[in-house]
Amino acid sequence: MAYSKELIDHYENPRNVGSMDESENNIGTGLVGAPACGDVMKLQIKVGADGIIEDAKFKTFGCGSAIASSSLVTEWVKGKTLDEAATIKNTDIAQELALPPVKIHCSVLAEDAIKAAVSDYKEKTGKKGNAAAE
Amino acid sequence: MTTKSKTGHWTQSTPLYLDYQATTPTDPRVVDAMMPYWTDKFGNPHSRNHHYGWEAEDAVEKARESVASLIGANPKEIIFTSGATESNNLAIKGVARFYGDKKNHIITCVTEHKCVLETCRYLEHDGFDVTYLHVKENGLIDLDELKAAITDKTAIVSIMAVNNEIGVIQPLKEIGAICREAGVFFHTDAAQATGKIPLDVNEMNIDLMSISGHKFYGPMGIGALFVRRKPRVRLVPIIHGGGQERGMRSGTLPTPLVVGLGVAAEIAAKEMTAEAERLHGLRKRMLDGLQSRLPEIYVNGDLENRIPGNLNISFAYVEGEGLMMGIKELAVSSGSACTSASLEPSYVLRALGVEEEMAHTSLRLGLGRFTTEEEVDYAVERIASEVTRLREMSPLWDMAQAGIDIKSIKWAEH
Repeated sequence: MAYSKELIDHYENPRNVGSMDESENNIGTGLVGAPACGDVMKLQIKVGADGIIEDAKFKTFGCGSAIASSSLVTEWVKGKTLDEAATIKNTDIAQELALPPVKIHCSVLAEDAIKAAVSDYKEKTGKKGNAAAE
Repeated sequence: MTTKSKTGHWTQSTPLYLDYQATTPTDPRVVDAMMPYWTDKFGNPHSRNHHYGWEAEDAVEKARESVASLIGANPKEIIFTSGATESNNLAIKGVARFYGDKKNHIITCVTEHKCVLETCRYLEHDGFDVTYLHVKENGLIDLDELKAAITDKTAIVSIMAVNNEIGVIQPLKEIGAICREAGVFFHTDAAQATGKIPLDVNEMNIDLMSISGHKFYGPMGIGALFVRRKPRVRLVPIIHGGGQERGMRSGTLPTPLVVGLGVAAEIAAKEMTAEAERLHGLRKRMLDGLQSRLPEIYVNGDLENRIPGNLNISFAYVEGEGLMMGIKELAVSSGSACTSASLEPSYVLRALGVEEEMAHTSLRLGLGRFTTEEEVDYAVERIASEVTRLREMSPLWDMAQAGIDIKSIKWAEH
């Protein structure tokens, strides 16, 4: 299977690998997937007082497409509002990385990870927004 | 084959081949022996009335002797086929169809190759009963379970000699003794065993044995089935036609391929002992190297009862397919199934009781005739550094380091 240049670049030089302190109030953490399925993504966002995502970090257990999808979304969410971030679609991710059909689930997981992180942040801060997802 | 540049690195265009259970390169000596049979000695071995036919027939019969000699059989007991898949189909379907009226029970094992399992499934649809024996944690069957499964309706027991994923060697001699005593035919898929470990069909009481050419440095597209004459095993053929191969497998024999299989068998007979010893050394070097560099790696399957050219290792907290992408300088295989629609990892590893999350982290490393010490060292270095890099990126590794049991987390399975 031939992977796209973009995908290989994100896999070999992943952006924003790391962790932030989950207990901090301005950090939202999303942990999605399952080890038994071969994919687990942890995505964290740091939200500024203005409601803009200042920073994002990820750690991922998974195939190259899963790692690249998480790396890509950490870049995309930075500078966005929570509601904007929650509108990122798996199809955008799949298109950007030219994911083959068998890897679409990786982009779905990355979308879920963003929603989970946003939702975690909103729960923490008591701001139940309409963009929060399950 | 891999080539090294002056700087000592393998070139990217030719990854280092470490997948010897998938296939093996044809030995150049085998290719040399085959060459004249494409062009000059091109006769049909079944042509009985001229030089070209006789010449080809002589070559085919010589190859038959070489294959028979490798497994302690009589040349008349060797049927050439297209490979182990066909041999397994012919052995199991052939016996089932011939004896099915009186005996409609088949015993096999859950870790068999798909061509055995699917053949058994097919026969189940046709009304046969099939018992799928489980394996122990080390990948070997339980002999008491086998004994208990045999009934007076059992026609055949089909247990592989060596597993293709984990390389473990089943106790063939013991299985053979049990089957002979019970009056049940014993078939073994020896695709991964032939030429790797000593096999003797009489000592092991094997009645049918499947052989594949390309798994032991012979050409692809050729294999054999050993069919015992005393006590006689009878088969209903799958392929009907001119009645070649004692009526069990019609069709013109591909002389060059048959010659290649024969020479591969001769080389294996001569070099097996020395080669096995060398591969044992290389495998130990590889495993020691990986263990000294990486904590939390686990060998899947029995390490003692195993062909020397196989290692199957779970690298905890690193997904196998992601790892393979990082070690693209190495051609290896993974038990993970991230590309399959089902996302289910290797059924062989699952049968050993390996947890799904650990099965997803496995690599199969296959060493063979052309693997060198230098290549093993290079592979160890690449795997160890990539596993380290990916663990630093793995949330599961973080949790493990923090003492969190990943089983205590309620994961949303997708």
